[in-house]
Parts: sequence; structure tokens; C-alpha cells
Amino acid sequence: MTYFLRKSSSFLLTLLLLSASVFLLLRIAPGGPFDGEKALPPEILENLNRHYGLDLPLSEQFAHWLGNLLSGDLGESFQYIGRPVSELISESVSISAVFGVGAILVSLIGGSLMGAYAAFHRNHWIDRIAQFVVSFGNTVPSYLFAGILVLIFSRWLELLPPALLEDPGSWVLPLITLAIRPLSMVLQLTRSSVSESLQTDYIRTAVAKGASHFRVLFHHALRNSLIPLVGLLGPLTANLLTGSFLVETVFQIPGMGKYFVSAVINRDYPLVMGVTLFYGTLLLAMTWISDLLYGWVDPRIRLDSQSAARQEST
Amino acid sequence: MKRKNWSVRLALTFLIVLSLAALFAEWVSPYRFDEQIIEDRLSGPSLQHWMGTDSLGRDLLTRILFGARLSLSIGFLTGLFGLLLGTLIGVVAAWRGGWVDIILMRLTDFLTTLPSILIAILLTLFFGRGFFGIFFALVCTSWMTHARIVRGNVLQLRSLPFIESAIALGASEPQLLWRHILPSLWGSIFVSLSFQIPANIMAESFLAFLGLGFEPPYSSWGTLAQDGFRAMRSFPHLILFPGLTLYFSLVGFQILSNHFMTRSLGHSQYSQNSRLEA
Repeated sequence: MTYFLRKSSSFLLTLLLLSASVFLLLRIAPGGPFDGEKALPPEILENLNRHYGLDLPLSEQFAHWLGNLLSGDLGESFQYIGRPVSELISESVSISAVFGVGAILVSLIGGSLMGAYAAFHRNHWIDRIAQFVVSFGNTVPSYLFAGILVLIFSRWLELLPPALLEDPGSWVLPLITLAIRPLSMVLQLTRSSVSESLQTDYIRTAVAKGASHFRVLFHHALRNSLIPLVGLLGPLTANLLTGSFLVETVFQIPGMGKYFVSAVINRDYPLVMGVTLFYGTLLLAMTWISDLLYGWVDPRIRLDSQSAARQEST
Repeated sequence: MKRKNWSVRLALTFLIVLSLAALFAEWVSPYRFDEQIIEDRLSGPSLQHWMGTDSLGRDLLTRILFGARLSLSIGFLTGLFGLLLGTLIGVVAAWRGGWVDIILMRLTDFLTTLPSILIAILLTLFFGRGFFGIFFALVCTSWMTHARIVRGNVLQLRSLPFIESAIALGASEPQLLWRHILPSLWGSIFVSLSFQIPANIMAESFLAFLGLGFEPPYSSWGTLAQDGFRAMRSFPHLILFPGLTLYFSLVGFQILSNHFMTRSLGHSQYSQNSRLEA
């Protein structure tokens, strides 16, 4: 219980710190949201600033923003005039979430199966492919990958549409682009941890007992090697967020990543704040979940420092 | 082993040739980087234009070489300064200990939870998108992993007999840090640098591609790729050449950094936490 209290208070404190620093960063930054091609007349600018509360002192603005946040109001977007930020976020989040969850599933299932197989058959052609995927996923710029996919599948083969979300086929290319890096991360980790656990005594015992290759690999070796994947949950989410900026921009998908990028370009402060807060919450939650899962999956790791201390003293 | 040496040599040669060509781009290329030859515009690869031309009739190879200047130098400089910052923070945290350590490590943890591209994007809002804006944004996001490694190293070193004897001999604190601690850190600094440079080149091109990178007249590989992406369906060379140049340099750096890593350190420290970010 103390663990829960301590963790959730540090969770909230971190979020507060994050929003305060982003808030400050945005307001001190040179250039305002209403700097257009043409300078606005001063009285209009003054009215705009008054309307959005930009003429108040910073501390007051932040207190105001925080107060509104507690009642679930993230303010109105500057760019999409009159539309509340919370509405924009809730509209776009489902699209991004489908891609994110899809990419996680593809990378976890595909990556761990392929990684296990590659570890078991070192230097087999599947292992070669696995190594290539890892190296490719680590080094290829995702826009080049997206470009190559579009060229092959929509220009030359004319199988899939190059952009926009219209029919089911149009989800394929963005999903592949988004999943390549997480896939290579999972693949790399599983390959090394499975080949490590294949060296252990209990695997030798299993083989000696006459268990089949399939059973040794998937029942004994892979199960234990999946534990490190739990720690990958935070980095994977971080990676998918960054990936979504690019994928949604390139494929013209109206998701959160696209909103975030255009909000930054147009200095849409409330939208930037709202999305950053959402991302921060998501990432912290994922890191926390992965901590919890660790303790649950692997009882050797203790979360609560008190119980650890108790164990030491006994 | 032999095959590995061969690939390391190839990677090194490629990177050196590319850097030299970028450095002396004015002499290497027969065109100026903004020279527009309207009658040749949007032509594919040919003898006159090895990588073709863009929509304004500018020679793509020339633009890639000038872009390399920006991409490579920003990668190198931000990597270097990021690591200096990381070393400083790591040493201070480990050496001072106590609440300084706690605060610095909390900050490091906090910044590592967020994707570095996200932080860099938010920072460019603040610093602007000139050379120094991007520079500061990338420096601020590339010290965390290294600070942790350095902190660990220093904590380990502190308890070793040669440090204790130096203290017993009355070495002053700066002397201790400069003469005894720092020399043992060079190896890990060097390896971190070989990871951080390509990561930052990639990060910069990622920002540029999103339209959040350098403002014109600067154009890095990412900017060229962004221009190319729009015209890609009719003129694939415009995305393929800038993208592939970036890809091959990143592969080159990866081969080199793996080589350095296996030579100077064990695998464990780096294999997972210091991969390319974007």
C-alpha cells in the first residue's frame, strides 16, 4: 500500500513538473501563436491575447490552466478555432491507438517467435534474415522505409493505396512502417535471451529427458526469455510515439502524432500542452505497468523496498 | 575475423570519402548547390547529373554533398557536446553523492522516460530552428545514457586502491578527477560517441523530415528527403538518393561502433540501452 501511495505521488509530481516545464518553455519561447505571414494590427493582437488569457502573468496563466485541467478542460485550440483540445485528442487518439496496439502485437508476436527460432538455429537462413531485420530496423530512416514501401506496393505493384485511410488496405503500409523498429527491438532481445537460456542446465535436463525440439524451445526456453520483454514496454511505447509523428505525417493519417507536429509548427500552445501531457501520462503509466509486471512475472524481483529490507534483516 | 576487418575498412573508407567530399564540395562538384539548370529539371540519373536533378533543376549529388556537411557536422558536434555534458553530470553525481546525486539521477530518469525526439521537438520551439537551436536541442537530449554509464564507472573507480592511495597521498580534488578518474573514462566516452553521432544524424534528419528541422537556406539530408517525398511517385530518385546516403552512412557508423565496442569494452553495457533513437 505504501508502495502504491509513494509511486502514485511521484507519478503526479512528475506530471506536474512536466507540464510546468513545457508551459514555461512555450511561453518564454520567442515568437507567438499569431505570428502569421502578415503582422496583425496591434489592437487585434491585443484582443486575441486577452481572449486566450495570454496577457496575464505567467504564474496566473499556469494556475488557470491547472485549474481547468482538474475539471477536464484543456482549453481551446488556437489553430482549429473554437475546438476544445480535449475533443481533438479524443477524436484522434483512437486512430493512433489502433496503429500503436497493432504495431505492438505484430512486433511482440512476430519478434519473439522469429527471435526464438533464430536463436535455436544459429546461422540458419532464418537467423540471417533475423539479423538483417535487426540491423535494418536499427539503421534505416523510417521515411526511407515508408518511401520504398510506397514505391513497391502502390506505384509498381499497385496493390495498396499510398496514403489516407479509406479502405482496409490503406492500414497495411503505415502499420508495417510503424512496426519495423519495435519488431527489430523485440527480435534482438529475444534472440539474445533465448540463446542465453539455451545454455542453462534446465534446458540440458529437458533435452536429456527427451523433450522434443519444439517443446524445449517454446515451452522451456522461450517462456523464461520473455521476462526481459516486460522491460521493453516503456521504450517500445516511446518508440511508437516518435514513429507515429512520422507515419501519420507521411501517410496523411488524422491521428495524434500528426496533430502534435502541426501544433508545434503553428505554435498552437494549448494543443501542444494537451498532447504532451497525454504522452507523458501514457509513458509514465507504461513504465509503471512494466515495473509491476516485472514483480509479478519474476518473483525474484521485489518492488517494495520495505519488503526487500525485511527480507534482508531476516 | 578477417571478414569483419574487411567490412570495418569499407565502412571507414566510405565515411572518410564522404566527409572529404562534403568538406571540399565546392571543388568536387562542378555545380553550385543552388545552381538551377531549368532545362534539366527533374531528370533522372545521367552522366551530367549522377543522381539526377530536383524540381528546380538543381544537381542532386551536389545538394547531397552540401547536405552532408550539415548532417555530419551537426551529428558530430551534438554528439561530442552531449557526451561532455553527460560526463560532467555523471562525474558530479557520483563524486558529490547525496542529494546532488539524487536530483541529477531523477532528472536523467525523467528525461529517459520521454522519447528524445519529443523533447528535441519541444526544445526547438524554445531555441528556434537555426543552427544553434537544433544544436542545443540535440545536445540536451543526448547526454542521459552516457551520464549513467559514467556515474557507474566513477562509483566503481572510487573504491579501487589506486584512488584511495592517491587520496592518502594528498591529491587535491581537481587533480584526482583530472589525472586519475578521467583517463579511465576515455574508452567509454569514445564508444558512446560512436553510438551518439549516428543517432543524432538520424534525429536531425527525422526533425527535418517532419518540417521541424533547419529553416532554409540550410538543407540537410532530411530536408532533401522531405522535398523528395512529395515528388516521389513520379520521381523516385528524389527520395531514394538522399535516403540511401543517410542509410549507408548510418550502417557505416554502426559497423564502426560495434567494432570499437567489442575492442574496448564488454558487450553488456551498451548492447541494449544505447541504440539509435529515431
